[in-house]
Amino acid sequence: MAKSAKIPQPFAVPIGLVPTPLQPRLEALSQAKAWAGWAGYITARVLDNVEFEYFAIRNQVTLFDISPMHKYRITGPDALAVMNRLITRDAAKIGIGRVGYAMWCNEQGMVIDDGTIFRFGEADFRLCCQEPMLTWLLDSAWGFDAEIRDESEAIAGLSLQGPTAFSLLAEAGFGDAVAGLKPFDLDEVEPGIWISRTGFTGDLGYELWCGWDGVLALWDRLWAAGGNWGLRAIGGEALDIARIEAGFIAAGVDFQPVHGAIRLGRGRSPLELGFARMVDFDKGHFNGRRALLAERARGPKHHLVRLDIGGFRPADGALLYHKKKKEVGHVTSGIWSPTAKRNVALAELRAPYGGAVKGDLWAEIYVNLEGQWDKRLVPVRIEDKPFFTHKRARATPPNRF
Amino acid sequence: MGQHDTYDAIIAGAGHNGLTTACYLARAGLKVLVVEKNDWIGGAAVSRSLHEGWTYSNCSYVCSLLRREIVRDLELPRFGLQVIPYEGGATFTRDGDYFAYLSDHDALRREISRHSARDADAYTRFSQTVIRQCRFIRPFLLRNAPDPTSLRPRDLQEMLYLGRKAHGLGAHELNETLRFWTMSIGDFLDEHFESDLIKAHLAGSGIIGTGLGVYSPGTAYVLLHHYMGDVDGSIGAWGFARGGMGAITKALGDSFTEADGTIVTGAGVEKFLVQDGRVTGVALDNGDEYRAGIVGSNMDVKRTFLKHTDRAALPDDFVTAVERFKIRGSSGKLNIALDALPDFPAAPKGAPFLRGDLHCSTTLDELERAYDDWKDGRWSSEPYFDMLIPSQIDPTMAPPGKHMMTVFVQYAPYDLNVGGVRSADNWDDIQRKAFADAVFDKIEQCCPDIRRHVVHAEIRSPWDIENEVGLTEGNIFQGELTFDQLLFNRPVPGYASYDMPIRGMYLVGSSAHPGGGVMAAPGANAAREILRGLGRRRAMPDHREPLGAEA
Repeated sequence: MAKSAKIPQPFAVPIGLVPTPLQPRLEALSQAKAWAGWAGYITARVLDNVEFEYFAIRNQVTLFDISPMHKYRITGPDALAVMNRLITRDAAKIGIGRVGYAMWCNEQGMVIDDGTIFRFGEADFRLCCQEPMLTWLLDSAWGFDAEIRDESEAIAGLSLQGPTAFSLLAEAGFGDAVAGLKPFDLDEVEPGIWISRTGFTGDLGYELWCGWDGVLALWDRLWAAGGNWGLRAIGGEALDIARIEAGFIAAGVDFQPVHGAIRLGRGRSPLELGFARMVDFDKGHFNGRRALLAERARGPKHHLVRLDIGGFRPADGALLYHKKKKEVGHVTSGIWSPTAKRNVALAELRAPYGGAVKGDLWAEIYVNLEGQWDKRLVPVRIEDKPFFTHKRARATPPNRF
Repeated sequence: MGQHDTYDAIIAGAGHNGLTTACYLARAGLKVLVVEKNDWIGGAAVSRSLHEGWTYSNCSYVCSLLRREIVRDLELPRFGLQVIPYEGGATFTRDGDYFAYLSDHDALRREISRHSARDADAYTRFSQTVIRQCRFIRPFLLRNAPDPTSLRPRDLQEMLYLGRKAHGLGAHELNETLRFWTMSIGDFLDEHFESDLIKAHLAGSGIIGTGLGVYSPGTAYVLLHHYMGDVDGSIGAWGFARGGMGAITKALGDSFTEADGTIVTGAGVEKFLVQDGRVTGVALDNGDEYRAGIVGSNMDVKRTFLKHTDRAALPDDFVTAVERFKIRGSSGKLNIALDALPDFPAAPKGAPFLRGDLHCSTTLDELERAYDDWKDGRWSSEPYFDMLIPSQIDPTMAPPGKHMMTVFVQYAPYDLNVGGVRSADNWDDIQRKAFADAVFDKIEQCCPDIRRHVVHAEIRSPWDIENEVGLTEGNIFQGELTFDQLLFNRPVPGYASYDMPIRGMYLVGSSAHPGGGVMAAPGANAAREILRGLGRRRAMPDHREPLGAEA
C-alpha cells in the first residue's frame, strides 16, 4: 500500500494501557470505573466498593486478575544453579510441585525484587514478580546451561482468595484435584491449568494459571460456580488492605526495587526487610552474598517492622519518633484493619530503632477534620506476628468456609 | 470444683455485657466466675442451630454499636470475631415499587429523587443533623452518666464534662439537641422529607425495640441510638457477625477463659446472697453457692432486684423506682430456614440492596396504626418488620444455595389480649402461629412465594424471649430508651453509676447507662466502676475522651 502523508501511521507498539484478556468481564462488572495501570495493563483499583470487596476476601471468596505479573521460565540442565545464583534462599529446598517466596539482590546486597518461584520439575522453574526481570535473569544466567523465557504474555493468572475458595473450586469441578494441596503446593489440575495454593491475603486462597487465551473461559467457569459461595470480583485496593493485614510487603511501597531507584541509599537488603531467614549463606555463592555477609556482621542500617498503632486514624506515611522527639523512621503502609479492628502498619525504622531499641515509639498522624488539620502523636508497638492469621488458611483439606 | 468456691467477683448472666465485665476483671487479675442459667452462653447475642444445617442469630441479629475500644481491648478478632458490613436495604410498596437505600452516595441521591426531587438534598441535611447528634453523644457511652443530683467528685467531674460539651455546641445546636432527645421520629422526619415512603423507611430505627409509636415523643432519640454505631468508622453502618451474633459472645467467652476466667452454665442465680447490706455471693437454682465480695448482675434491673434479691435488703424508694421502670415487650422475632433464595419481584435481579434490611411499611400512618394494635394488646395486623437474609453474605449460616432469614417484628405485646384478657400466658402455639401468619402475610407484599420456601421457622413472642433469655417482658434493650430512663436516670435516679444499694453489687447489663443494642458499653463501664471501687482504676484502659479531642 502506498504511503500517504495524511494518514497518521500507527505506533509500532501500543500506546497507553492495554487490556488483559479479562477486560470484557471486568468492564461489565465495574461500577466505580476506577482503572489504573499495572505493568502497562488495565487493572481495576475498585470494581464497585472497596469495603465490600475487602470483606469478600475475608468472608467469602474473590477473583482478581493477576495476569499483568511478570513471569519468566527458567529451564535447562543448570536451571537450579541459575536460581541459586539469583535468589538469596536455597532453591533446592523448593520441592517439585511447590512454590516458594524469594528475594533477589544486586551485588551490593540490595533487593531488586521479590516474588514467587514455581518449581515444575528438577530443572524447570517459573519466577513470578512485579518488576520486569528479563535482562537481570539473562545476566545472572550468563555462562550457565539454561534457557530463560519471558512468559509474561503467554501465561495468565487468576487469584481466587477467601474462606470459601475451596468450596468454589469444588463446585467448578476442581475439588478432587485441589483437596490435597497444602499451602504452597502446585499441581496441573487439568491439561494447561495449574493451580497453586498461594496468594497475597494470608487467608485460604489459590492462584490459577493457564494460557493467555484460556483465561477468559477459566474465569467464566469459576464465575458460574460462585453463586453459592459469595464470589465477588475485586480490585487492587481491597487486596492491598488484606496484604497489609497479612504482613506482606509490596515492591515500590515498603521497599524500593533497587534497579529503579535513582537516589543513592534507597536500596534495602533482605536483612533490613526482616527476611534474614530467606538468606542462605551456606548454599554457595549468590548475587549479593558478600555484601550481605558483611551486613550481617555489621548489622542492618534499617528495620522494616510491623506496627500496632494507637487511635483510629490510619497512619499511612506517618513519621515515627522515639521519645516523641527524635525522628527515626516512617510508615510505609498504614491502614485501619477491618478484621483486626485496629490501626496497623508496616514501617521502616533507622537502626537501632526497631532492632535493639523497640520501646517509646510514636507516630505523628495528620488528620483532616473537614478542612481543619489536627496533628496527633500516638503510641506504636512493634509486633512479631501478622495482624491477620487464621487456621482456616492452613487447614488441609480446606474447610467449607 | 466444690460448690462453695470463693471468687473475687461473680457475674450473673453470660450475655455480652456480663462477659465484657468479666473479661475486664479477669484481665485485671481478679478471679472471676460467670454463671449462666442456659446451657449455652450468649444471652441475647447467640447463634443456635435449631434445624440441621442452619444457624440462627436467635435474638439480636445485626451489629454496629459494639464499641470498637472494647473489641480492641479484649482482642475479640483474635478470638474469631469478624463483623461484616451489609449493603443498604429497601422498603417495598404494595404496588410493586420500592425505595432502595443504596450505599453509594450518588446512586442514593438519584433513588431518592425518583420518589421526590425535593427530598434528594434533604437527605444530606438529615444525615448531617443525625451524625452531629451522634458525635455529641458518643463520648458519653464509655463514661459514667453525668448526674446533676450528686455531689460526689467524679459525678461533678462528669457534669463539668457535659456542661463544657453542651456549651461547645452553642445555643442553636443545644436547642436542637434537647429537641432531638425529646421529640418523635415522625415529627423529625416530617421536618426533613415529603415522601411518605422515604419517611417510613427511615422511621424504623426510631421504634425498633420500643413500646412507642412513630409519633410518640422520645422516638427520635431511639433512632439516634441506632445510628451511634459504626462499622470501621462508617457511622450508622450495620453489619453481621460472621457465624451469627453468638460469634460476639463466643469471642468474649474465649477471651475470658484465656484470662483464666471460669464459666458455669446450666444453673441460674436463684438468689443474690446479702449479709449486713453487703453482697456475699450467689445461690444457684441447682443448690450450688458461690462466694464473692463483688457480684455483677447481667440480668435486667427488674429481674435482678424484684425476682432474685430479698426485698428486705433494699431501700423502699429504690424498689418502687425499679417497679416503675419501663421495660415493655414490643417486638417478636421469626428466624426462618429457607430452601432457596425467594424471589422479590419488584427488585432488579441480583440487586445488592436485597442483601440489606428489607421492609414493607410504607407510611408513617401505617406505622402509627401498627402501634395502636399493640396498645390494645394485639400484634400489629400490618406489622413493621426489619428483615434480612444474612446467608447471602455469611456462608456459615445455611447450606449452599439455601438461606437463613431473620425477621424482627414490631409490634407484638407481652401481655397478649385474647378475648379481653391480657396475659402473657395467652401466648400458646396457636397464638404464636397466628402471629407468624400475620407476619408472613405482610412479607408477601414484597416476597409472594415466601411461604413455599420455608423449611423451618422459629417463632418468638416477647414471652418466649423473656422465658429463654431472661429479658423481662422480652424487652430487647433491658428497659426502654426514653429520656426518663436514660443517662443519670438509668436504670433509676440515684443509681446510674452501676453500683447498687447493696454494697459490692453492680448492675452490668443494658438496664444501666448507656442502654442496649449490643454495645457492651454498660459491661465495660461497670468493670471500670468495680475496679475503681477496688482502688484499681488503672487496671483497665481509660477510654474517656478528653474535652476537645476527637477520635
